[in-house]
This record gives sequence, C-alpha cells and structure tokens, in this order.
Amino acid sequence: MVNLTIDGKQVSVPENTTILNAAASAGIKIPTLCYWKDLNEVGACRVCVVEVEGRDKLFASCNNVVEEGMVIHTNTKKVRDTRKSNVELILSEHNSNCATCTRSGNCALQELANDLNIQDLPYEKHLPKNSGNPDFPLIRDNQKCIKCMRCIQVCEKIQHSNIWDVVNSGARVTVDVRDYYNLEDSQCALCGQCITHCPVNALKERDDTQRILDAIDDPEIVTLVQIAPAVRSSWGEAFGLSPEFATVERLAACMRRVGFDYVFDTNFSADLTILEEANEFLEKVKNAENEKFPMFTSCCPGWVRFAKAHHPDFVDQISTSKSPQQMFGAIAKSYYAKILDIDPKKIFCVSIMPCLAKKAECAYPNMNDACGDPDVDASLTIREVDRLIKMMQVMPAAVPEEQMDVPLGTGTGAAVIFGATGGVMEAAVRSAYFFVTGEEPDPDSTFVDVRGMDGWKEATYKLPGIDLKVAVVHGLGNADKLLNALRNGEVSYHFVEVMACPGGCVGGGGHPIHNQYDMYVDRAPVLYTLDKNLPLRFSHENPSVVACYQNFLGEPLSELAEHLLHTDLHAWKMPGEK
Amino acid sequence: MSRLQVIEKSDAEKLIDELNRDLEHRVAAGQYGACPVDFIASFVKFCHSQSCGKCVPCRVGLLRLSELINSVLDGEADEQTLEDIENTARSIYYSADCAIGFEAAKMALKGIRGFRDDFEEHIHNHRCSNTDHGVPCVSQCPAHVDIPGYIALVHEGRYADAVNLIRKTNPLPATCGLICEHPCEAQCRRSFVDDAINIRGLKRFAVEHEGEIKLPEPMPDTGKSVGVIGGGPAGLTTAYFLRLMGHSVTIYEQRKMLGGMLRYGIPAYRYPREILNREIQAILDLGIEVKREISVGKDITFEEVRSAHDAVYLPIGAHAGKKLGIEGDDAKGVVSAVTLLRDIGDEEAPDFTGMDIVVVGGGNVAMDVARSAVRLGAKTVKIVYRRRRKDMPAQTIEIEGAVADGCQLLELKAPSRIETDADGNAVALWVQPQMVSAIKGGRPTVIPTKAEEERIACDQILVAIGQDIDAMAFNEIGLPLTKKGTFVVDNTTHISYMPGVFTGGDAVTGPATVIRAIAGGKVAAANIDEYLGFHHVLPNDIEIPPIRLVDRAPWGRVDMLERPAPESIKDFNIVEYCMSEEEAHQESGRCLHCDHFGMGKMKGGRVRTW
Repeated sequence: MVNLTIDGKQVSVPENTTILNAAASAGIKIPTLCYWKDLNEVGACRVCVVEVEGRDKLFASCNNVVEEGMVIHTNTKKVRDTRKSNVELILSEHNSNCATCTRSGNCALQELANDLNIQDLPYEKHLPKNSGNPDFPLIRDNQKCIKCMRCIQVCEKIQHSNIWDVVNSGARVTVDVRDYYNLEDSQCALCGQCITHCPVNALKERDDTQRILDAIDDPEIVTLVQIAPAVRSSWGEAFGLSPEFATVERLAACMRRVGFDYVFDTNFSADLTILEEANEFLEKVKNAENEKFPMFTSCCPGWVRFAKAHHPDFVDQISTSKSPQQMFGAIAKSYYAKILDIDPKKIFCVSIMPCLAKKAECAYPNMNDACGDPDVDASLTIREVDRLIKMMQVMPAAVPEEQMDVPLGTGTGAAVIFGATGGVMEAAVRSAYFFVTGEEPDPDSTFVDVRGMDGWKEATYKLPGIDLKVAVVHGLGNADKLLNALRNGEVSYHFVEVMACPGGCVGGGGHPIHNQYDMYVDRAPVLYTLDKNLPLRFSHENPSVVACYQNFLGEPLSELAEHLLHTDLHAWKMPGEK
Repeated sequence: MSRLQVIEKSDAEKLIDELNRDLEHRVAAGQYGACPVDFIASFVKFCHSQSCGKCVPCRVGLLRLSELINSVLDGEADEQTLEDIENTARSIYYSADCAIGFEAAKMALKGIRGFRDDFEEHIHNHRCSNTDHGVPCVSQCPAHVDIPGYIALVHEGRYADAVNLIRKTNPLPATCGLICEHPCEAQCRRSFVDDAINIRGLKRFAVEHEGEIKLPEPMPDTGKSVGVIGGGPAGLTTAYFLRLMGHSVTIYEQRKMLGGMLRYGIPAYRYPREILNREIQAILDLGIEVKREISVGKDITFEEVRSAHDAVYLPIGAHAGKKLGIEGDDAKGVVSAVTLLRDIGDEEAPDFTGMDIVVVGGGNVAMDVARSAVRLGAKTVKIVYRRRRKDMPAQTIEIEGAVADGCQLLELKAPSRIETDADGNAVALWVQPQMVSAIKGGRPTVIPTKAEEERIACDQILVAIGQDIDAMAFNEIGLPLTKKGTFVVDNTTHISYMPGVFTGGDAVTGPATVIRAIAGGKVAAANIDEYLGFHHVLPNDIEIPPIRLVDRAPWGRVDMLERPAPESIKDFNIVEYCMSEEEAHQESGRCLHCDHFGMGKMKGGRVRTW
C-alpha cells in the first residue's frame, strides 16, 4: 500500500493506483474530459491536472500513479485556473452551437464547462473545416471533435479495426481515417463504438428520422416498424425511465403515437433465424466431411463487414441465413403483404436497432428479395427513435403499454436473448437440441455457460452423435483473436457466435450514450429476465413462425425460404473488395 | 562630453542571446514528426521577425509568403497557390537586399521544392503525409530499442532487466554500449531542456553491471534450419532471434573468429576483445553451430549452403578496402585500413616501432587505424585529409581522441602520388595543398591551390578512404548488384527472385553502423520466420517501473571520461571509462520519458512485440 495525502485527507491505496482513482477512493472528485478508464488514459485534455507539493508543474491525475508520501492538492487556485484555461482553449476550437446539437444535455464538454462556470471565452473561435460525408451511416464532425482520442483507442484496442488515427501535426492535429482519405472508402465495420465513446457530438449516426416522417405522412404508404431485442433494454434511458417501466409494449404504444401503422417485433424474425440457422448447421453436421467448420453466425452486420474486410478467408463459413432485420423485411414485403392484400411496394419497412451497421446492411443492393424494393427501407438507432418520440411530443411516462400487432409481433424468450452476447448461440442450441433429440432442455440451466461478459467463451455440448464445440466472442478484437487462432490451428469449433460490439447488441453503437460507462453490463440482465418470464422459450415454439412455415414458406431451408431468408455475402462489396 | 562610449550588452540583448541558444538546441533536436509545410510556414514567420523592414521583399514578402503557406495548411489553397508561393519566394530571393531576406527565401524555396509532394497532399487531401509522433529516441534507433524503458530500469538499479530489455530488440548490447553511434541521442527531447541523455553511456553502464548473462530459452524446435553466411553483427542478430524462435542455425564464417567488423574493423581500445568474445559466446550458447574459416564461393558453393537449409541469410559485410587510384598505389608499405585492422583482429598485428606512418582519410576508420598505429609503436602518425578537420565524417570524439593520442592532422592535403625507392617501397606521400571552395550538396568542396606539392616522408601508408563489398562470388551465381556493388534487395531483406534468400548488413547498406546491421538482422529474422511458415512472437515480460513525477529542472549531462593519452597509447586496453553508479543514477533521472509524457502515451508507450 502507498500512503499519501490528498486535499488534507490521509489516503492509503495499492501501488500503481492513479492519482485520479486514489482521490476517488477518498471521495474527492477530479474533473476529467478525455479520460475513459483502462481505455484512454492519455492525458490529452489536461483537465484532470493536480498539484503535487514540491513540484512546480501540474500533473495529469488520470495516468500518473501515487508515490509514497505524496501531498496532492486537487483544487488550488493554480489548479482551477489552469483547468479552466484548458477548457476555454478546447471551447475556442469547438462548435458550441448547443441548441442544434443532438448531444446537448448529454455532452461531457458542456457539463464540464458548466461545472467550471465558464460563461464567456477570452479567445476568438477558430473552427476547422468540416468534411464528413452526410450520406454515410457514420458521420464525423470536425468542428465538434476535441481530439480526446477515445475513438482511436476503442477502434484499435477493443475493435482491432484501426479506422481512426491522429493525423497532421501541431495546430492542425486532428482525428481522421487511417490509410484512406474518406471514411466511406475505409474498412469500417460500422460498429459505432466510436460514437458511444465520443464525449461530444464529433461522431454521430446519419439521422434518418425525416425519411420516416415523410413515409408516415404519405397516405398511400403503409408503415411498419420492427423493434430489435436489445432495444427493450435501453430505449427509456434517454427519458430517465427504468427498463422495467420502459418496456417494449410501452415503446410499441409510443410508435403508434408517432404514426406507424403496424408495430412488430424483430423477435419474430429472430426466431425465424434460429429455425433457418439451426437447420443449416445441422445439415452441415450431417455432411461434415464436405463442410468446413466452424460455422459462424451471420446476424451481426458489423461482424460480417469486419470478416469481409479483414478475414475474407472465413467469409464462406458464415451462415447464409440473413440477419433478423433482413428476414423481417423479406417476410413483411411478401407474406405479410399477402395477408394485408396490398402491393408490397406500398409498404415502408422501418427497423429500430441498437446499431449503425444495420443502416448499411438494409441498403446493400441485393437486400431486395421480396419485391425488388429494399426489404427494409430504413433502420433507426435507438437514439433516433428517442428523438422521434420527442419530436412528436409523445411522453412515454404517460403512455400506457400496448400489445404488438400480430402475427409479426410475436416472439419467444430465445429471441429476446439475441440481444446479449451468447444469446444467439444459446437460442440456436436450445432448438437444435430439440431437433436432434425431440426433447426440450431446461432453458434456465442447460446451455447457460455461454452467458456472461468474458470476451471469448467456450463450451462443449453433448448432442447425440456429436460433442458440439462452440465459442462465443463479442467485440471485434476478440473476434480477430479467435480467427487468428483458428487459422493457426490453435483452436477448433463447430459453431461460433460473433457479435461486433462488446456485450453483444446491448453494447451496440446505436444505444443511448453514457459518458465513461459501459452500460451493456447492466442491460444484458434485463434481457435474461425477460426470457425467464416469457411463456415461450424456444424459437420453434413461436406460433407465428410455425404458421409462417405452414402457410407460406413450407419448411426451413425450403426453396422459398432460401430465396427470402438466405443471402450471398459476396453479392455486395466492402470498399476495395474485388 | 565624450565622443565615444563603451557599450556593454543590455539585459535585453543578453536575454536574446540566451533565447537564441535555447532555440538553437530546440531546432537542432528537431522532430521528424512535425509537418514540413507547417515547419516552413513557421520558419518564414520567424525569419520575418528578424527583418529590419527597410526593403519591400523582406518586410512585406516574407509575411505574404507565410500567409500563402498557411492557406495551404488551412485547406484553402490550390495549385495556383503553389505557383504564387514559389514566385513570391523567388522574387524575395532575387531582390532582397541582405541575407535576412534572401537567405530566408532561399531556405523557403528549398523546402517548397523539397516538400512539394507534401504541399500537394495538403492541397488535394487536406492531410499531412509526413507525420510520425513516436518516441524520438526509439524512432531514431534503427533497431527501435525500448530506450526509455531500459533507462527507467537503470534508474531503479535493475541492470540485468535493463540489458535483457535491450536484448528483446538488439542482442548485442555490449557492442552498442561501447561503439554505437547513438542516433537515438540526435533528437532526444531532453535537448529542449539542456542536452541529450547520454544513452549509450547508460547502456554501457547497464551491461557492465549486468552480472551473469542470462539469455531466454529458445522456443520448441521447429525442425527448420537457416544458414547464415557471415558472422558479423547482422548475422549474429539474425542467428540469435531465429534460434530463440526454435529454428536451427548454422553460421558460415570465412575468418578465424566471429564478429565481422566488430573484430576486424574496430580496434580493441574501443571494444575490448574479452567483452566481444563474451557477447558472441552467450549467443552461440543458445545452440548455434559455427563453421569457421569456410568461405562460401571458394570452400563451399552457395548452392550447397542453400540446399542444406530451408532459408539462407547473406550478410557478407563490406571488407574490401578502396584504393587511392594514384601513382604508387601498389607500392610495398601501402596498406589498406581493412587489412591492417583484420591482422590486428586475428592477433597478427604488425610492429610499427620507430616508423613514420601516414594515414589517408577522415572517417572513423582512419581514426581507428591512426590510433592503432600509435599503439603499435609508430614514431609519428600523420592523418592526411583533403578537406578541413571540421569536414571529416569521423565522429568528433574520435578525432579528438586521435589528436590526444599524438596523431597530427594534415588538413587540406590531397594525395597526388606515392614515391617509392628502388626496391618498390613507399618512402613518401606527395600531397597537393587544397583550399576550401564552394559548398555543394551541403558539403564544402576543395580546389588545389597554387602552392607547390609537398612531400611527406613515411615508412607506411595506411589507406582508409572507404570499403566495398566483396560480392563478386555471389554476383557470378546470379545475385545482381547495385552500381555501388551492394546487393539488390527490398526493405523486407528478401531477395525476391531467389526464394528463401535474405540479405542485410553492410552488404546491402554499404559501409554503415553496427546498429543498422542489427536492425537489418532483426527484420531478416522476422521475415525468415514468416517465410518458414511461422509467426513467432518473442515474449516480453519485463515490467517497466512507474514514472516519477519531477519538474525536469535543467541539469548537466554526464559524459564519460577517458584514460589520459600518455598512458592509454601504450596498450590496446579500453580508453573510455564507464560511468560510475552515482553518475548513471543521475543521468538516467534526466530522461523526460517521452514514452509516458506526450504522444508516446497514446499507443501505450511502447511496442512490446516486433
């Protein structure tokens, strides 16, 4: 233990504790800006500086560790003046038009400037030129960027994608795309982690809300919306509502008030995905000699983009099953159009996803199998949906819950857990076990070792005729490690679930943003509780799915199912892909 | 009323002097990572601050020039701006009245033309193509040794850890502690405060206090074997890393002993043989086979070596001395520096007792042979160089050492012919006095003066004007050479049209430094490993001590002392003293730790694997 004094308090902390953490342990708050624990401790903003007695210079507290006998002052005039000056300097290069900024009220810089009581600036404003492409799903605003470097760090260290980097030198240092000039030409997976780690609004999603409103306002158009599993863990955060209150049923009611004609659940198509993917997998196992293992899940478009960009040799091992978002769209504009007896071209199909990559996925040129139009017309992040709710003056706290529409609003517990890492694997194995044995395992105890936040989880499940070796990774860095280990022959599996974002979809880049906190840890249990409390726990038990096969598709992997629910991952290209 | 006054420097002038000196230090340690366009813009602005303001081109022109360059940086310029910049700079150069203006414009023009690509990159892509914000010493070290890491370990007294950290990227720490030209010190950020850290000195100190050498265990055998032709620093480096990766390695060495130029080029008073032998033996003890006195191309064919191994590394060095090309060149008593140093290396040194020796050349090798000649008993040693002392490529410390040893420097003397006696023995070197002339390519040229030729009587002439590689044997079997006679190879060290054959060291770079040979050897080891189908990552588990928070007050640099010349010239024992422990502790405490402070922190401060 190291003993020191902070603001007159005796503090005793383990060796190598940072000054910031030592102060926190004594209940002393040091303001930070660029800092993100364990990820970005670079001391770029110089806001967390403190005075160490006997030293003339101030030191960053986020990345300097305590020494025995140190006497530290966190709130002297020298410290306060310097801190304030640094924040004023940052503001001199920041577009602080807060009124038109979607991060207003959820902005680390705004909060800090308010906390330091900065009311005017002694400097002229110098805003850099802006160059982000407004049509790409991920947009960078150079005038907002405060060069905290978090995006670079999360992209490199957690996601192994290395899209962002520091460019230029001196006054013109900024963050920009590494190896390319334009983001749209890069190998970006569109996981959106840079957005959720951005303290300001320098990184944001393309806002598609106006397109949705245009469709809603068009009397000729029938609007449908599907709500992804993970959305129910977080959509109420922006309204200060708990997930227990901000249920998917309440969101359904809000969406009807926003103006959607039909509100459905992506859980329906998640169950459909399980039927297709589990059967695809079992077919592979039957024909094991001619197949390459592992098979990879395909529901995460961020992962698919990453694989195509960085590990193209594994792309043919990714399941051909479409993601639940795309399965939903294909069914909506075929099966459901028939039920409604309308021209599918009159349907405008929207998805609410915790995800940026879904915006890219629904726009791939081959995702138009139902009627030639895009199967999904627009994909909104949860942040956009929260804005849509506010725009339409809907007050969720005052809106009673309503049921989803049928039949595409029906889902099982197996579908709900798609939103957490390990969930797709667990759901698939639940049904696969039934398909092979004819018996339903206990869902609360049988395949649960793929749950939890370990980055790379492994399990072996005994099925008749096969010891099924599975692995689950979340975060593209872990995916990268697993693929390298597979290629080097260090590991082998039959089936692997990959989710691009840490925590799976509950950590997706489209969720409400919480500064310096990884919210997915709290969101995943919400989904497991929902699963536990649902009457139906197995995808193959979903009555709407059963009916869809009986009345329309025939059976899993039928010709029609192959046409509508499966895809060729080579039919669209990543930038630079040949 | 007095007509004149004695004028003392004002306080303001003294302060200007001080700031100019600080600036000089800062500029001299300039960081390569800075944007060249930004640098030129700032430079022009600085020059403008020196303008007296009388003349238009300087007073107005430099300001407009800096604005134009800034518009490039701000992304507001186009191709026409570049023309405007060049035209403006040219007009200032042509018409400024004094050097404040025309020299500023000349340097600006040099930058505008030299960095044209970067200007274009700014205009078209609003980017700088030239920035690298790495840790200066690590970036500048060709082998990218973790210098702040081992300096921190020295400061903590963990000397063995310090040396083993060096070995992660450089298996010849003793060598580099003694004779590295330390490019790491050139951009040391400590120069902004006072002077560069004595990095080489700290390395030497760590090596001398390491205790028993404990090298890592090699990884499990891979069953692959690599032949290394040449046991110099490049070959030893590659052999070391490949052996640690589990490959079996055989070194083919044409001489009696390993070490290459470390033994056959560097005299023992700079690099004691027992330290060299110990360093080499520790590497060989990893289980490396050595075939000595076997010359590939003579005793064994290259194809035989190639077929005996899965890959071959070919760092054959540069061991052929250049000739003077003047009358009498072949006379008895005209000896190349390479030959003399080789004989000394093989412990077959000649006796120069009572002789008058002339050394031709101004590089480090010239100093080495001159100082060796003193130690071999020469009565006089004269170093003849066609340019000035200050133009000599040798390190200043080596020139000073030679002078301290009693060598005479004869500057501005170009050898014209060698006079021989009836038996063909060289008896004198005739030289034509020169005078310094125009500066071309950054170096002053010389021209002959009208003075008479001078005769320098001597018994031996030692020629140290450069080395060539002796690669004809390899050229004959199909390895093409560059015009300079070096191997043709890309930056992966692989000879692409000859699968599995890699090369490096002086044979590729031409005569260069040991650290460049080591860096090349490291690159070759990594790429040979990949070529053999592996991707071994050598572990790095040495914990670096935490950073100390201090104010970095200006503090003098510790330099190493030397044995007094009257004593040291009597033997080949090492001349340079090591730092003391208290000096090493203080010197290591001066490190600013750019691995932690500044951009170094961004990437975790250090590259743990390579």
